[in-house]
Amino acid sequence: MSQLWDFAGGVHPAENKHQSTARPIRTAGIPDHLVLPLQQHIGEPAEAIVTAGDRVLKGQKIADVTNGMGVPVHAPTSGIIENITDLPVPHPSGMNDRCITLRPDGEDQWLPLNPVSDYRKLDRDEVLAIIRDSGLSGMGGAGFPTNIKLRPPRDRKVSTLILNGAECEPYITADDMTMREKAEEVVAGLKVMAWILRPERCVIAIEDNKPEAAEAMRVATEGTQIQLAIIPTKYPSGGEKQLIQILTGMEVPSGGIPADIGVMCQNIGTAVAVSQAVFEGKPLISRIVTVTGEAVREPGNFEVLIGTPIEYLLEKAGLQADKANRLVLGGPMMGYTLKTTAVPVIKTSNCLIAATASELPAPPPEQPCIRCGECAEVCPMELLPQQLFWHSKASEFEKAEHLNLFDCIECGACSYVCPSSIPLVQYYRYAKGEIQVQKAEQLKSDRARERFEARQARLEREQQEKEQRRKDRAKAAAEAQSKKKAEAEKAATEGDATDERASKAALVEQALARKKSKVDATKAETAEPVREKPDIETLEKQLQQAQSKLETMQGMLDDAKTQQADNVDKLERAVAKNHDRVKRAEDALTDARNQQANQTESQSTE
Amino acid sequence: MAFVQQSSPHAHNARPTSRVMLWVVIAALPGLLAQTLFFGWGNLINVVWCIAVALASEAAILGLRKKPVAFFLKDNTAAVTGLLLGLSLPQFAPLWVSAIAVISAIVVAKQLYGGLGSNPFNPAMVGYALVLISFPVAMTTNWAEPALLWKNAPGFGETLTTIASAKQTAVDAWTMATPLDEYKHKIARHTAEEVLRHPTFGNGIARGWEWVSAAFLAGGLLLLFLRIITWHIPAGFLAGLTIMSLAFGNNADQYAPVSLHLLAGGTMLGAFFIATDPVSAATSHQGKLIYGAGIGILIYLIRTWGNYPDAVAFSVLLMNFAVPFIDHYTPPRTYGHHKARRGITGRNQG
Ligand code: SF4
Ligand code: SF4
Repeated sequence: MSQLWDFAGGVHPAENKHQSTARPIRTAGIPDHLVLPLQQHIGEPAEAIVTAGDRVLKGQKIADVTNGMGVPVHAPTSGIIENITDLPVPHPSGMNDRCITLRPDGEDQWLPLNPVSDYRKLDRDEVLAIIRDSGLSGMGGAGFPTNIKLRPPRDRKVSTLILNGAECEPYITADDMTMREKAEEVVAGLKVMAWILRPERCVIAIEDNKPEAAEAMRVATEGTQIQLAIIPTKYPSGGEKQLIQILTGMEVPSGGIPADIGVMCQNIGTAVAVSQAVFEGKPLISRIVTVTGEAVREPGNFEVLIGTPIEYLLEKAGLQADKANRLVLGGPMMGYTLKTTAVPVIKTSNCLIAATASELPAPPPEQPCIRCGECAEVCPMELLPQQLFWHSKASEFEKAEHLNLFDCIECGACSYVCPSSIPLVQYYRYAKGEIQVQKAEQLKSDRARERFEARQARLEREQQEKEQRRKDRAKAAAEAQSKKKAEAEKAATEGDATDERASKAALVEQALARKKSKVDATKAETAEPVREKPDIETLEKQLQQAQSKLETMQGMLDDAKTQQADNVDKLERAVAKNHDRVKRAEDALTDARNQQANQTESQSTE
Repeated sequence: MAFVQQSSPHAHNARPTSRVMLWVVIAALPGLLAQTLFFGWGNLINVVWCIAVALASEAAILGLRKKPVAFFLKDNTAAVTGLLLGLSLPQFAPLWVSAIAVISAIVVAKQLYGGLGSNPFNPAMVGYALVLISFPVAMTTNWAEPALLWKNAPGFGETLTTIASAKQTAVDAWTMATPLDEYKHKIARHTAEEVLRHPTFGNGIARGWEWVSAAFLAGGLLLLFLRIITWHIPAGFLAGLTIMSLAFGNNADQYAPVSLHLLAGGTMLGAFFIATDPVSAATSHQGKLIYGAGIGILIYLIRTWGNYPDAVAFSVLLMNFAVPFIDHYTPPRTYGHHKARRGITGRNQG
């Protein structure tokens, strides 16, 4: 076995996993309605491409993202689109969002599928397109579109591909059961991803509290180059950054992504979905969900259609409604509570805990921090949780940020051990939120101020130009007048012969003088180099360049946002700057065009 | 159905502060037992009295500050402050002296700074230092002669009346200076061999004191084992003191030997029970090592060249002063950063 490293901190919460591993994966079946949120992943929400009343087939695309980063949504079964409206979706804030409601017709009729027997014959991009069109996004945490993740920037070669089967959160066994029962599919999906990425090393990491899953994976990977890493059970070993540290000894740079150090992590469920997408042509319409907790009679894992209301799922697991006190979506360490059972299962839902009051009791009231340092002892990111807490509580966000608040992965280990039962993570979330709001406002006001200043400057400039032109004209007119007079006198003395020539020469002179004064005026007015030479073509080119730069920056920003990278604010500033650059270029171009128009105008009038 | 809304994590496994403090009390019991065995009833009476005064004054001041009295009293931190003072004060310290120490610890050093968690100084040591400066005679002459409990020791009642009476002269017959004091004052005029003949030192290092120190060490190891304290502060503390006394005190005819420094004073109690008070100590591992070492070094300096026989209180307080400074310069390096961010200036260096 390959070498393993340790990561700092960590805790050992009670595992509570055996409840849900006692039964094999069951099929939850088809509920009487399915609710499909249009946004189930990071990126742009999809747009419905069906309307109420349409009949759709199982696997049919019903919403897609045409602009920006995102993946489509498919009908999990055949049926009629009932409506497209705002409904409660799984979200920590308990918000509503756009959803398509599908009324199944019970026939479960598939769309004709296009499985690929030998993906190696295809282009890598074609396989990536299949993955995208199958609606795959990460099935572990945040839900990043899989096809985008599988296409790291060209200069970032992925040398280690990690399949994350650590599953360190208590209660959750979805990956465990998937590995036990679908080992072949897991490996097949991993092979496809490895073929796309061509890494030097492929590792499947499993915590040592899942011997059955490890054995299944050992059998399935026999004879392949894929390594199996059995890692010590410690929360949060399944955190991407921690897992990378365990397997490679390397750290993901702050604000960076794993690809920066040549590593990529994928989820077990994602591997299965890739395999199904490629070899069976099936889009992502179902997933494995652990339903557990002491308030359900038959905890276990279910294969659930995406969009299945949680209510229905709990029913299947034998919910004892009178006992249920807290509903957690996700694990007990990082999951969030649900207000209602009306929300649907989405692509990222891996676990549902219906807990009794004694199982997950309310924490005792918060006491003052005694600086015991327990929190720093267990922090896997080696932060100073108590200092972060002090600063967050005192609204000294600057200081909290300086102490690397944004490196906090919100794993909850610190809150888990705090003897004063301070809800530390809650304070960090609050501080992060506040900082982001402040930054956005700052950015907005900066942008508004810059725009205002630019406008002010332009108005002034225009005013000056007008003034200058007026003066020039007056001067030219006066000159012409005096010349005419002189010529008339001259003609009177020299005779008519020279008259014509002289007046022509005077006209030319006049025009030259006018042009010169205009150039001088523009030179004097502005320091901007683009304005020295109001060459429309160059300006157009500049504008184009600025626009394309802005687009790239915007793209980078979107990417960074979805990965929650730390350079978001930097990029945001860059985008703002480029916005202004485009604006300036546009202004310059319009000015130049106006000027040209003026020129021709003034020439034609005289 | 209405469900509880709660922020993650939903599972907790904290050892509440009250239980941590209870363990501190339990871990201190061997030391208290040894003190009672070797020096009579004095410390036991002190401990009970100090805890009672601590609880009473905590309750009173919490009431004055309009804080939930029961909620805070239950955290057992006031009791521990009382306990530590009871263990450190001289066996025959008069009740009023210990009461002043405890009240100033709880009221001034703890509550007036904002209560639990907000005090920059170790409350027990503030109380101790205050009475040591204010009543030097009462604080230096009331140490019991060792091994009294089984050899013509004053009985419980006698001890109690002595402590309770304002007259300190009554105890002259049973009291003496501490071994460290003794050694320091005699060594100027005698050889080490002559000094060590004094009954305070007995046949070992310092009669009675060595057992008391061993008992506190055992309790400290229990705290370490229970992960209530980490090894950094005691290790830094003992290493600082040991290295200093080895460096300067290699000549026993001039300075007290290292064995006396480690076992004949409040060293073990200080290293495991007092300096480890989390509220007023440094926070990071590196910081704790520095903090502990600073205390150890200061103890040696004060004991050897200062005017006070035992120096735990002053050293701890001095290092309390340094804590913000130490914390400022010893942040851990966060995962994914090249180096630690020190201080609040110099942004963007991580
Ligand atoms: S664990 Fe809680 S009480 Fe201890 S230092 Fe951290 S925040 Fe303070
Ligand atoms: S929640 Fe943040 S501060 Fe707390 S242990 Fe996890 S990473 Fe550290």
